[in-house]
Amino acid sequence: MVTPYGAGLPVLELKGIGKEFGAIRALHGVDMRIFPGEVVGLMGDNGAGKSTLVKIIAGNFPPSQGEIRFDGKAVHFARPIDARAVGIEVVYQDLALADNLTAAANVFLGRELKRKLGPFAFLDHKAMAARALELFGELRSETRPDDLVKQMSGGQRQAVAIARTRLSNAKLVMMDEPTAAISVRQVEQVLSLIHRLKEQGVAVVLISHRMPDVFAVCDRVVVMRRGEKRADKAIGDSSPEEVTSLITGAKEVA
Amino acid sequence: MATPLQSPITFSNVGKAKWWQRGFFASQTGYVLLALVALFVVMNFASPYFFTQGNLQNVAKNFSFIAIATLGVTLVIITGGIDLSVGSMMCFSAMVTSMVMTQISTPGMPGAEWFVHLAADGKTVIANLPGLILLISVLAGLGVALIVGLVNGFCIAVLGLSPFVTTLGMLSIVRGLGYVVSNGRGSFPGGPDADYFYALTSGDVFGMPAPFIYLVVLAVAMAVVLHHTGFGRHVFALGGNEKAAALTGISVVRVKIEVYVICALAAGLQGIIISGWLGSAPANMATSYELTVIAAAVIGGANLAGGIGGPLGAIVGCMLLEVIRNGLVLAQVNSYWQQALVGVIIIAAVLVDRIRSRVT
Repeated sequence: MVTPYGAGLPVLELKGIGKEFGAIRALHGVDMRIFPGEVVGLMGDNGAGKSTLVKIIAGNFPPSQGEIRFDGKAVHFARPIDARAVGIEVVYQDLALADNLTAAANVFLGRELKRKLGPFAFLDHKAMAARALELFGELRSETRPDDLVKQMSGGQRQAVAIARTRLSNAKLVMMDEPTAAISVRQVEQVLSLIHRLKEQGVAVVLISHRMPDVFAVCDRVVVMRRGEKRADKAIGDSSPEEVTSLITGAKEVA
Repeated sequence: MATPLQSPITFSNVGKAKWWQRGFFASQTGYVLLALVALFVVMNFASPYFFTQGNLQNVAKNFSFIAIATLGVTLVIITGGIDLSVGSMMCFSAMVTSMVMTQISTPGMPGAEWFVHLAADGKTVIANLPGLILLISVLAGLGVALIVGLVNGFCIAVLGLSPFVTTLGMLSIVRGLGYVVSNGRGSFPGGPDADYFYALTSGDVFGMPAPFIYLVVLAVAMAVVLHHTGFGRHVFALGGNEKAAALTGISVVRVKIEVYVICALAAGLQGIIISGWLGSAPANMATSYELTVIAAAVIGGANLAGGIGGPLGAIVGCMLLEVIRNGLVLAQVNSYWQQALVGVIIIAAVLVDRIRSRVT
C-alpha cells in the first residue's frame, strides 16, 4: 500500500480484527492503518461490517480477535469513554445532540467548564460560549453558541457535533453517515468541515453510502464486504464504478 | 449570553431570533405568567376582597402547600420521568415525623429518656435540649423520604423500570405503609417541641407565611442549580436526549437517582409542613395530591416529554391554580366547578404552547 503518508506513523493500526456475535461472524481478519490528516472513506453495503468495525474502534465492544494500536501503543477499550480518553471521537448518525440545549451547552456536554466559588462549582457560561464560538469559527460554520440546537439546520447541527470532537483535540474522528439526511447545500458544508479537520492534522474515517461525497473528500477508500476488507486504495487509483462493483460483490478483490 | 464583539464568524445567512421569540418570553411559563397577571387584574375588579392583605396571605400560604412538592416533581419531569408517589410521600413523611415526635416526647417510651425528663411536679414534660426533638423527628420524616426516593431511583435508573409504573406502585406501597404504621389513625405532633413545630410550619415571618419563605428559598436554589451547575445541565440533557447524554459520558444512573431522591425529599418536606398547618397527620392526608402537583407543574410549562421546565414555572402553575380556586370562592361560584376548570386550564396551557410552536 502506497500512500503519501506511508512514511509517517499511523495514528490507528488494526491487525487481524475479528468479531463474532454467537454463531455470526461479523468481522474477519481486518487490517487497516490510518495516518494523521488522512480522510478514509469506509464503504460497504448494509451488514458488511462497517458499523461493527466502527463500534470496536469506538470502544462500544471489544474485538474477538486482533489488536488495536493507537499512536503506536496497543489499546483495549472497555467503554466508549476509554476510547475518547486516548483521542477517538465518533460523530453519530443521529448526532447525539440534546435539542433543548444551546450549541455551546452541547459542545461542552459532560465536560463543562466550571468556576469554583467556595465549595461550589458553577458553570462558566462565558468561557464556554467563547470557546464554542472559536470552534465554530475554525469550522467556518455560522452557528451561534447560545442558539438552541432545536432551531438549527442540519449543517449547523453537524458543526455542533464536530465542534465537540475538536474540543478534546481528537486525533481520529469517525463520522457515521454525516451526509445521509441533509440538503445538498448542507452536504457542501459538511464536506468542508471534514476538510477543516484534515487541515488540522486530524485523521477522519467517513462512513458513507454516498459515492460522490467519498470521492470528493477522501484520500483513500476502504471497501468492506461480508465482514472482510475487500479493497483499500487511494482515491486516485480507483473509480466509483470499481467501488460499486466491490460493494455489490461483482468484483471480489481489488 | 452576549457574543463577543470580535466574532471570528460573520453571520450572513443565519439571523438571530428576536428577543421575544426566544428564552423566557417564548416559553409556556411566560404565557401562563401573563395569564396569571391578567387574572390578578380581573380579580381586582371582580372582588374588593381579593387584594386585601389577609386574602393575599391566604393565597400565598395555600399555594406554598403544594408548590414545594411541585418543585421536586418539576425536576423529575425535566429529566423525562414522572413521580406519582408524591401524595403518599407527603402523608408518610408527615406521619413519621409526628409519630417520632410523640414517641420521643413521652417519658417511659424506649429512647425517650435521651430527649425528655419529667419536671418536679411529675406531670410536665420538659425537653432536655429544646429543639432537638423537632430536629430528630423532622430528620426521621425526611429520612423515610430519602429511602423511598432511593428505591424509586434505583428501580428506574438501575433496573430500567418505567417511571410511571414504578412510582404508581410506590404510591400504593407508601400509602399502605402509612396505614400500617398508624393503624389507620391520624397522628398528632405532640410534646414540648410541638410549639416550635407549629411556629416553623404554619407561623408567619415578617407578615409572610413561613412555607412561602421556604418555597422562595428552595425555588431560588433550584434555579441556580438548574442553570449554573453541571448537575442542572445534565438534568436538562437527560430530558432532551438521554442516549446523547449517556454517550457524552454523563452518569445517567446517578443523575436519575438524584432527581428522584430530591423529589421525594421535597414531597416529604411538603407533607411535614402541611401537617403543621392541619395540626395532625391523618392517614388519608394528601390523597391524590400527586395529580394536583403534576397538573401545576405542567400548567407552569414543564414538558412531560422532558427537557423543559423550571422552578418559576412550578410556582406560576401552583399560583394560577390557587388564584382560580380563591377567585371562584370570592365570586361565590359553586366550588365544584373548580376541578372542572383546572382540567380546562391544563389543556388550554398546553394548547397555547402547541399553537405558538406551530406558528413560529
